[in-house]
Amino acid sequence: MSTATKTFEHVGTRPIRHDGLDKVTGRANYGADYALPGMLHGYVVRSPHAHARIVSIDTSAAEAMAGVKAVVTGSDIPKTNAKLVMGEAALDLGAMGDNALAHDKALYEGHAVAAVAATSPEIASAAAEAIRVVYEPLQPVMNVDQALAPDALILHDGMVTKGRPKPDAPTRTNVALRMELTRGDLDKGFAGADVVIERTFTTPMVHQGYIEPHACVARWGEDGQVVVWTSTQGHFVVRDCCAGILGIDAARIKVIPSEIGGGFGGKIPVYLEPVAIALARKAHRPVKLVMSREDVFRASGPTSGTKIRVKLGAKKDGSFVAASASLYYEAGAYAGSPAGAGAMCAIAAYDIPNFLVEAYDIVVNRPKVAAYRAPGAPAAAFAVESVVDEVARRLGKDPIELRLQNAVREGDQAAYGPEFGPIGLREVLEAARCHPHWKAPLVPQPGRKVGRGVACGFWFNAGLNSSATVSLSADGSANVVTGNPDIGGTRVAQALMVSEELGIPVERVRPIVADTDSIGYNDVTGGSRVCYATGMAVIEAARDAQAQLRARAAKIWDVPVEQVGWERGRAIALNGASGREPLTVSELAAKLMHTGGPIIGSATVNAPMAGPAFGAHICDLEVDEDTGVSRVVRYTVVQDVGKAVHPSYVEGQMQGGASQGIGWALNEEYVYDAEGHLQNPGFLDYRMPVASDLPMIDTVIIEVANPLHPYGVRGVGEVPIVPPLAAVANAMHDATRVRFTALPLSPPRVLAALKQRG
Amino acid sequence: MTVHVRTTINAEPQEFLCEPGETLLEALRSRLGLTGTKEGCATGDCGACSVLLDGRLVPACLVLAAEVSGREVLTVEGVATGDTLHPVQQKFLEHAALQCGVCTPGFVVAAKALLDHNDDPTEEQVRYWLAGNLCRCTGYDKIVRAVLDAAADMRGVTV
Repeated sequence: MSTATKTFEHVGTRPIRHDGLDKVTGRANYGADYALPGMLHGYVVRSPHAHARIVSIDTSAAEAMAGVKAVVTGSDIPKTNAKLVMGEAALDLGAMGDNALAHDKALYEGHAVAAVAATSPEIASAAAEAIRVVYEPLQPVMNVDQALAPDALILHDGMVTKGRPKPDAPTRTNVALRMELTRGDLDKGFAGADVVIERTFTTPMVHQGYIEPHACVARWGEDGQVVVWTSTQGHFVVRDCCAGILGIDAARIKVIPSEIGGGFGGKIPVYLEPVAIALARKAHRPVKLVMSREDVFRASGPTSGTKIRVKLGAKKDGSFVAASASLYYEAGAYAGSPAGAGAMCAIAAYDIPNFLVEAYDIVVNRPKVAAYRAPGAPAAAFAVESVVDEVARRLGKDPIELRLQNAVREGDQAAYGPEFGPIGLREVLEAARCHPHWKAPLVPQPGRKVGRGVACGFWFNAGLNSSATVSLSADGSANVVTGNPDIGGTRVAQALMVSEELGIPVERVRPIVADTDSIGYNDVTGGSRVCYATGMAVIEAARDAQAQLRARAAKIWDVPVEQVGWERGRAIALNGASGREPLTVSELAAKLMHTGGPIIGSATVNAPMAGPAFGAHICDLEVDEDTGVSRVVRYTVVQDVGKAVHPSYVEGQMQGGASQGIGWALNEEYVYDAEGHLQNPGFLDYRMPVASDLPMIDTVIIEVANPLHPYGVRGVGEVPIVPPLAAVANAMHDATRVRFTALPLSPPRVLAALKQRG
Repeated sequence: MTVHVRTTINAEPQEFLCEPGETLLEALRSRLGLTGTKEGCATGDCGACSVLLDGRLVPACLVLAAEVSGREVLTVEGVATGDTLHPVQQKFLEHAALQCGVCTPGFVVAAKALLDHNDDPTEEQVRYWLAGNLCRCTGYDKIVRAVLDAAADMRGVTV
């Protein structure tokens, strides 16, 4: 299905990605694959306590050991109030620095308190053990309820609730922010409802689960110039964060991104880089730091555990008349959960005249959360889409029909503020309703119940800042340079855009992710913005090159440039210059050095807006009522992507996001004991989906063109993780008639609920 | 105390010294420069370090380097032949069966091991064989399709 009118020659095809060969042969270099002559190995000392005052750190024994070249602690990271602006958000560099090496308090189990660099990994870990840290343990605050209790211990003295705190809010608090969205008259709205459903939901803290642990190498030169090799979603942001945290000039730091082994938002903050730089400065040698898998679980940035209360009122005819929601999100050790984004997404799919949505950002003694694919939205959608499902059942309505009836459309004012432009929610829901999956009969196997669920999801997507250059070679090939680490196939998409604009075959376009010295500024790979915003920069850069090529054709033909057009990769003569044979890119490129020299097209993009996007997922779940084990047996993802530049990698995003969401729904959770020690910091006990857990994941690409992008592209990567939590839980309800309000739907929880149901 | 190891890696004789407690994964990556074998967990749970030891699929993080004396190791660097990719590698590219690509070397080695002894696996067999390899990007769909297509290719069948 497509509402896009533009036709394409290259965009929409499925060429082999340029970086693929290196990845199937093992040649691609990731963060841990770098080594330098004279390089030292670092080791980070981490707090065994979830909450403790650091009384003293004695590093003398470690420093005296043979082979130990440097030891650093929080005193090597200056305290700062600096912020780094990123779009409408700002990164708190003081908190990020304190998270990299604690100054006064350890705020979660695994919080870094010191680090060592030595000539071998063995010496480094032995030296780490020789560092004596004296702690004064404090009572840990592990969840929303504990953090909000009247007698709760306060994590950060002096924290005040920003945003719109309630008038009666306590002055000493763990609530970093309260925000609200409101419209209409809530009481009047609910008074007019025939059905009102109110439920409270919880979701656990979960991890992005990227397979590559964080890793970097830092070198401090004799002249004070710093080079960092690292696996990151944004090397410009690494540069600026390290400069701000360490109080050094960003002009002295060069960051070279490695291939990135997954991020999903978790490789936006810096953890190791400032520590590696501090060690390298002291040791006068390059230093490598690599997290173990345990470190990744304990001390990188998972996403918030949540508690969400939702109340939804509808009339008998199905129209939604009022909604209220309160969202409480654990931020981890420092302010900054995605509670606000969750609130803005919660009811974004529906046109509801009266609502109040409030969100709380709450600090607890867990690792500071980082972005995780549509941060905040999946938990909110789990709550709201579960209640929508219940309303549909109560009214005897088809759940897709009910959603269609209330779905937002172009021109509606979104619950979070702006007026929607062209959006594809209705097209997505109609495609889901027409899909064979929705109509297929459910066939239970002996001893198992089977159910079907559906849910919607929404994400804003981001624009932000990007730079790109396109350079032509005399042989008619080109390279395209950007500064966004390629997580899922954006390089081949960018090459396709250059092909589209210049008519150069995609295999003759070389896409490159350049370091911070070699290309203009690019914001992070995040917000589903690379194919959209960086793509726009690429298209503009290619068009710049194309304009220069037309000028060369004009020179060759000796006509004014206005009489040269461009069509399917060729300069063509327009009125007044007709009769001249078109010149191909190759022909023009061959004459470059005789017509004015090399050609580089360049462009920068500052995109405050993006194209918001919706998806709908259908899930069939089989439940063994004797064991509580459930299994997804069929799954379909329908999503509006605006325009699929490389459909295979668009499908891949849809399938990958869905499977992460299925893991979140069924098995994944951080399990802490009462003292705040993580019980499952490994892939054996933190149970992510494996190949035998999943079926094929069917995809339906809907293309409602985004008017902000020359090809109509919308961000793709985040939307698909939003619906699965509710789609799976709604299928579970369909199978068992139990409404689960807490995730994950792990066998013990399911079994207990089935016993209670009887 | 260091251990002197004489072994065969990717069909080439290799000699190296290692610590007694050093894993094959550490030796491959740090001593021999074979960084195609990745570390995702170091506990045998993710499959990113899959290699073949005398033809048998093992996680290199759970094998001691000293154990490979006199044996044959195949890593991802040895899967292609000259300029010819193994069908699994070619089909991974054609099916877009990788996104970030860090799990890909492990999947390539594991899938080759499957097809070495079963060139006509069912989808279910592929899924269970690859259940020891974690991929967080793809949802496995395109990986499973690539392996089934590679099997067909090796049987001389087009699907």
